[in-house]
This record gives sequence, structure tokens and C-alpha cells, in this order.
Amino acid sequence: MRTTIYAFFEAIGHFFTSRLDQLGLAARFTGSLLLVLWVAIRRTGLIIRELYFSGVRSLLIIAVSGLFVGMVLAVQGYEVLQRYGSAESLGVIVALSLVRELGPVVTALLFAGRASSAVTAEIGLMRATEQLAAMDMMAVDPLSRVIAPRFLAAVVSMPLLAAIFTTAGIFGAWIIGVQLIGIDDGAFWSQMQASVDVRVDVLGGLLKSVVFGTAVGLISVFEGYFAAPTAEGIASATTRTVVTSSLAVLLLDLVLTIMMFRGLS
Amino acid sequence: MNRSKFDVAVGLFVAIGLLAMVFMALKVGNLASFDNGAGYALEAHFDNIGGLKIRAPVKSAGVVVGRVEAVGLDAETYEAVVRFRIYPNYRFSKDTIASILTSGLLGEQYVGLESGGDPVYLGNGDRLGKTQSAMILEKLISQFLFSKAAETPAKVP
Repeated sequence: MRTTIYAFFEAIGHFFTSRLDQLGLAARFTGSLLLVLWVAIRRTGLIIRELYFSGVRSLLIIAVSGLFVGMVLAVQGYEVLQRYGSAESLGVIVALSLVRELGPVVTALLFAGRASSAVTAEIGLMRATEQLAAMDMMAVDPLSRVIAPRFLAAVVSMPLLAAIFTTAGIFGAWIIGVQLIGIDDGAFWSQMQASVDVRVDVLGGLLKSVVFGTAVGLISVFEGYFAAPTAEGIASATTRTVVTSSLAVLLLDLVLTIMMFRGLS
Repeated sequence: MNRSKFDVAVGLFVAIGLLAMVFMALKVGNLASFDNGAGYALEAHFDNIGGLKIRAPVKSAGVVVGRVEAVGLDAETYEAVVRFRIYPNYRFSKDTIASILTSGLLGEQYVGLESGGDPVYLGNGDRLGKTQSAMILEKLISQFLFSKAAETPAKVP
């Protein structure tokens, strides 16, 4: 009886101390990654290789998803707007929701599933097959050779992908709204331009996606670098990357949205 | 620096991404139609401007002829002071009436200009003498109710 009670409190204590332990490890890892970032930036060949695998290979899913999200927004938005006789505002609704929220957030979620999971699995397998240890033996810092380029690729490709997602979405809304439903082309664009502010909305959205790229990139390399060197370890690290990244993106989005758009008009 | 076989694909990716950003700035946002300070500023005092905001359009006969630049309160008369910039290719006579109108029932508010017949034109910094305030729905309703009440006096037994 006594041992079960002890075990219960031990489990509670272990839960919190292990979380704190993880957090400290993550902070130390981020610090050492920042220190080698300057060395890694100059090795553009490595970054371009990672940009190809993370960014270019995600292009299709991002563009197609954006197109369909924009189309769905147009159909749903028109359904409500035409009741109030202001179907021309469709462009405003679609553009604002895409530029401010859906573009950065959905792109980050898709990126976490499409690219970050692969990065975690790759680094985790490198760890499991002791390639990272071998690099260390050859006096090659795995942090600047393997980790930093993958992190930087996520930071760079996220805003580009978010912009592509948003553009594809607005194009999709234009196809549905203007081409199929028959909203006036000029009103669609001019109302959009009158309400979307370049500084607040467009730059704010891009800033969001840079923050998301940093978070998602950091989580994916961290989980891979410290994955248990077994098949199960890599599998659970990949899962954790997707889950933690998605939650982090949604939480950061709330914080950033409150910071940027509250008290604005 | 070594050439990499990924250069072309990554270059294309970055180019498409940057193009998308330019598209967002120019076609979706209003960077292209940014007022570059051209035109002349006018000023008008209103009793009430309703929900007029900065960058709201100034229209004449439905055509956008300028933008609202600043909204303030006159500390002495407690009137709203609206300053707006008219595009340089439009001229308005001295007795132009400015009113605050709403596009549609629930649409955005804008400043409407109705030109008069005065041969003298307004210049930079001039103040419009005749203005008409925003229509406040609550006031209209209460006026309507009061006039109804006045028409049919309650029967006193």
C-alpha cells in the first residue's frame, strides 16, 4: 500500500521534472544551434539542398491545398454574403482570412506533416546508425553540418510557401466567385485592395509564417537529434514532431494575432 | 562554391514565392494605389462623422476622387474635423457640399462631395463651408417614434 502511494507521488514528480528536463535541454540545444548558425549560413550549398527537399517538394501540396481552400471559402462566403446583397465583398473576406490567418497557419500545418516529419526521421536515423557520432569523430560538427541547414531551410521556405498558398487561394476564390458565380471582376479586386493593408495584413502574415517556420524547424531538428536510437524511438519522435509542431503553431498564432490585430480599428 | 543540381529547382521555388509576395503586395493589398502625396488637401467640419475611418474613400457622383487623411476633434466647437486629399485631376467649386454617406445599408462610410455652381475652385488647405453629418440610425428611429407620438396624441380618458 505504502509503495503504491509513493509510486503515485513519484509519478507526478517525475512527470513535471522530466518536462522541465526536456525544456532545459531544448533551450540549451537552441542556444548551441544559434551559435553555429553563422557558420552554417555561409555554406549555401547545404541550405539549397535542404530547401529543395523541404520547400520545393512541398510546393505542389501547398499550391493545390491553397487553391481548394480558396474555392471553399468563396462558396461558403458567397452563400452568406448574397443574403445581405453584398456578394462583391467576397474578395475582401477571402483575401483577409487567407492573408492574415489561413495562409500562414495551414501552410505551417501542412509543412509540419509533409517536410518536418521527414527531417525528424532522417536525423533520427542518422542518430540511430551513428552517422552523427561518426561526423563528430571526423571533427565535423553535426550541428552545423546537418542540423542548422535543415532548420534554416524551414525558416526560409515557410514565408515563401505561405505566400504561394495565399496566392493560390485567392486565385481559387476568383475562379469560383468571378468565373463561375459571376461576381463583378472589378468589384472583387477593388474591394479587396481597399481593405487589405500591405503593412498590417500582408507583412503581418509573412511575419507570422517566419515565426511558424522557426518553431516548426526547431521542433523537427530537436526531436530528430534526441530521438531514441531505435525503430520505435524514431517512429515516436516523428509523431511528436507533427503533434508538437501543430500545437505550437496554433498557440503561437493566437498570441501573434492578439499582439498584431487587437486594438486595430 | 560548388554548383548543385538543386539550384534550378530551388531558384524556381524562390522566384515563385517572391512573385506570390509581390502579387500579395500589389494586387491583393493597396501598395499600388498608395497616395504618393499628389493632389490637394481639403478640410470639412461635421457635427457627427459616424463611423468614418482614415483612408475611407471620398466620392463624387459615385467616383472615388480622394481619400480621408485624418480625423480629429475641434477642441473649441466640438465638431469633427475631417481632412482629405483630392486627386490632382479633379477640381471642385467653392460651394461644394460634403456629406457623410454609407454605401449600402451596412456598407462602409465615405465622404460624398456635391459640386455647386461657384466659378471659383477650392485650393489646397481650403475648408468646405457646407456639410451634412452622418445618418445615425438610432437618432432617425427616435425621431420617427417622437413624430409618431406627436401625430396621435394619447387619448386622455
